[in-house]
Amino acid sequence: MTDNPSTVSTSEVSQAPRSAIGRFFDSDLLHSFLSSRVTVLAAFTTVVLMLAALFAPLIAPFNPFDLAQISIMDARIPPIGMEWSDPRYLLGTDDQGRDLLSGILYGMRISLAVGFLSVAFAAVLGISLGLISGYVGGRTDAIIMRIAEVQLTFPAILLALLIDGIANGIFGNINRETWAIWILTFSIGLSFWVQYARTVRGSTLVEKNKEYVQAARVIGIPAWIIMIRHVLPNVLGPVLVIATINLALAIITEATLSFLGVGVPSTQPSLGTLIRIGNDFLFSGEWWIAIFPGLALAILVLAVNLLGDWLRDALNPKLRQGERP
Amino acid sequence: MFGFITRRIAMALVVMFVVALISFLLFRFVGDPVNQMVGIETTPEQREALRQRLGLNDPVLTQFLRYVLGAIRFDFGNSYQFKQPVADLIGRRLPATLELSFASAVFALLLGVPMGVYTGLNRDAWLSKLLLSVSLAGISLPTFFIGILFIFFFSVTLQWLPSFGRGEVVTLGSFWDTGFLTISGLKAIILPAITLGLYQMTLIMRLIRAEMLEVMRTDHIRFARARGLPNRSVYYIHALKNTMVPVITITGLQLGSIIAFAIITETVFQWPGMGILFLHAVQNVDIPIMAAYLLLTAFIFVCINLIVDILYVVIDPRLRTERSRT
Repeated sequence: MTDNPSTVSTSEVSQAPRSAIGRFFDSDLLHSFLSSRVTVLAAFTTVVLMLAALFAPLIAPFNPFDLAQISIMDARIPPIGMEWSDPRYLLGTDDQGRDLLSGILYGMRISLAVGFLSVAFAAVLGISLGLISGYVGGRTDAIIMRIAEVQLTFPAILLALLIDGIANGIFGNINRETWAIWILTFSIGLSFWVQYARTVRGSTLVEKNKEYVQAARVIGIPAWIIMIRHVLPNVLGPVLVIATINLALAIITEATLSFLGVGVPSTQPSLGTLIRIGNDFLFSGEWWIAIFPGLALAILVLAVNLLGDWLRDALNPKLRQGERP
Repeated sequence: MFGFITRRIAMALVVMFVVALISFLLFRFVGDPVNQMVGIETTPEQREALRQRLGLNDPVLTQFLRYVLGAIRFDFGNSYQFKQPVADLIGRRLPATLELSFASAVFALLLGVPMGVYTGLNRDAWLSKLLLSVSLAGISLPTFFIGILFIFFFSVTLQWLPSFGRGEVVTLGSFWDTGFLTISGLKAIILPAITLGLYQMTLIMRLIRAEMLEVMRTDHIRFARARGLPNRSVYYIHALKNTMVPVITITGLQLGSIIAFAIITETVFQWPGMGILFLHAVQNVDIPIMAAYLLLTAFIFVCINLIVDILYVVIDPRLRTERSRT
């Protein structure tokens, strides 16, 4: 264990306290990040895709929502390099004559937006319930954890489908366009909170009995302030890992629901919607309409997954020791 | 042991009760059942008569009891879309989904377990690294996109396998249509089963790999080695056996999600199962089907969980003493 880099760097830090940025550049985390080529590549891909999605209106050659720019005459043009292709459309066009590259960029925007929002929703809900459950304990704890257990029996995709179906039943199909994305975000978020709650509860139970929490309690700080200001920062580590992996899952879930036709309406296509549209043209040989958005989705999810995998390994000291033979 | 099982059964009953309640609330309060059954020209008096006849004016508790008693006898009411009993609709499609789930579970286990053992033992071999990278890609690709890729390669381009339906079916008994007995039926199940089982296979493989890595470091393996036992018996008797507890849990839970993910696979391959029925019910707000599907899948999941919990105790003797003491 003498060659363990973490012990070296922590002793250095303790000798000369540095700023947060200085510590970051000296940290294990950055070191392990830079030493894994796959991770750097994954991070690069993720950042590029996210920026591309964020600045889609500036980058994309066309605006797929602007009806003036699309013409049904341009429908189903193959990508560059094939017969009948059109140099204006790098990846070809879909059945309504929308440029596929622009469609993918805008679609990724919606996919990522739903992904981030639902992860945020799930995280806030899960962390709060986990904190309360772990800190308060007793009957509250029992009730929350029973609910979590029951929900865990059902796969997330089924729950999201059900919630979506119920929401549509309640709201009806009036103004579906405006509701759809929020219902979708809500249903995905609601089906993923359990993991956060269980993890946070576990670490809260450990933190709760430490001296700093007891000290805070002794000097009369209210419970909710102790939870938020003192316990919360110490239980957030694992949450970050879950959130990263959940982002990939949420993106997949959104795409799946949209593919099944219960997600985003086709006027605002996400990647899943684009694939659903393309699926109908697979048999007539127009493969690009489904395959390109699918590849974009797969690359995005793979990159995020790789980042999550690395983060989990890097933040888990038990595993790091285990890597040594 | 007995106490533990009783407690789990009680827990399962509570879950089923909660699900039945949700299912009933859905059935009764989301959308008006009467509105869905009658035409526009029905008079208010006729509506009221129908309401009375259906028992919708009774106290909610009575209605709930009636719903539960009906559900136990597989009476879930009539579908809004098809105007047929939900139980018939589901019953006709259940065999297709169960056969698909079964085929994909077999596929996932038969490939996943050996691959996991191999990659766990030879972690630096090139084949292990290849399998691991491919499995990560497999987890990252959404199920429906894998299905589309399969259709594109094997059905559209190569034209080897059919892309939709379940081929010719043979009816066994009065209602069970099986596709396992005809060539076209077997050919039709290959692509959907692999699509559905791929994710589970990678999961089982990674799980067994991780467990094998963990177990191989423990003292009893070192001890078995020191006793001079041959590698084969160390690996398969002493190591693999100890990986089984988490594997059984996850595989059991995955069986449940296979049934859920069947919704996606069935949609991609137009497989005439329960999943498609449920999806169309969600799209068309056909509440009786949704409620019944919810109840049925919950029942299947709860049963699987119960069996997994009991298997746990049977397999791991340590749990037996710990649990019975509490």
